[in-house]
Amino acid sequence: MTFQIMINLLMALIWMFMNDAWTFASFISGYAIGVAVLFFLRGFFPQRFYIGWIYAVVKLVFIFLKELILSAVEVVGQILQPKLNIQPGIFAMDIDLHRNWEVTVLSCLITLTPGTLVVDVSPDNQTLYIHAMHLPDIDKAKEDIRNSFEKAIQEVSRT
Amino acid sequence: MSADEISSWIIGIIVLTGSVLSLISAFGLVRLPDIYTRSHAATKASTLSVMCILVAAFLFFAVVEGLYSARILLGVVFVFITAPVGGHLMSRAAYHTGVTLWDASIRDQLKEKKRKQNSSSRF
Repeated sequence: MTFQIMINLLMALIWMFMNDAWTFASFISGYAIGVAVLFFLRGFFPQRFYIGWIYAVVKLVFIFLKELILSAVEVVGQILQPKLNIQPGIFAMDIDLHRNWEVTVLSCLITLTPGTLVVDVSPDNQTLYIHAMHLPDIDKAKEDIRNSFEKAIQEVSRT
Repeated sequence: MSADEISSWIIGIIVLTGSVLSLISAFGLVRLPDIYTRSHAATKASTLSVMCILVAAFLFFAVVEGLYSARILLGVVFVFITAPVGGHLMSRAAYHTGVTLWDASIRDQLKEKKRKQNSSSRF
C-alpha cells in the first residue's frame, strides 16, 4: 500500500513538472490522474488497490457512527424508564481476528458503543468477555457485533 | 430566515443534544445498580455528548467566525481513543479485585473461565 501511495505521489509530482504549474490545484489533478492509472494497473501489484482500503476504513467509521447513535438512543431509553428493566450480564464471544491491532480496534469499538463493554480478553486473543447492559438474547448480541464491526474490520485488514 | 440564522439554530440544537445526553448519563450514574452498568453510563453516553458539543463548537467557529480549528476535531479523536481504554481498565480492575455483579445479572461467562484458571494455576 505504501508503495502504491508513493507511486501516486510521484505521478502527481511528474504531472506538475510536465505542466510547469506549481499549484495545489495541479497537484490534485495530477493525483487524480495517478489514481486512475493505478486503477487500471491494479492487477500488477501484489496488494490490492489502496483506494479500496480507504473505502473500507471510511465504511468502518460510518458503521461505527450509526451503531453509536442507535445504541445511545437505546441506553438513554433504558436509563429514563421509571422502573429499571434491564438484565445485565457478561458473555463470552469468540472472534475471528488474528492480528493484535485488529483485536484492539474491535474491543475499542465495542467499548465505545453504549450498552456493551469489554471486561477481559483471553490470553490467546481469541475470546472477548463483554458486559452488556441489557442482554435478553445472547446469540443476537453476538450476531450484531459479528455482522457490523467484525466484518468491517476484516474488510480493512484484507490484503 | 438567513443562512446565518439557520446554521446557528442547527448548532444550538447540537449543543442542546450534547448537554441533554450528558445530563442523562449523570442520571444513569446515580440510578444504575453496580459498577459495570454505571461505567456504561459514565463512559459511553458522555463520549457521545462530548462529541456533540465539540462538533458544535467546530461548526460555530467555522460558520460564524470563518475559523477552521482542527484542534477541536483532534480533541474528539483523543476522547474517542482514551474513553474506551479507561472504561475497559476500570471494569477489568473491578472484576479482578472481586467486585460482584448486580444480583439481577443473568449470566457471567467470565466466572467459569476464572475458576478454571485458578484451579489449574493455584495462585
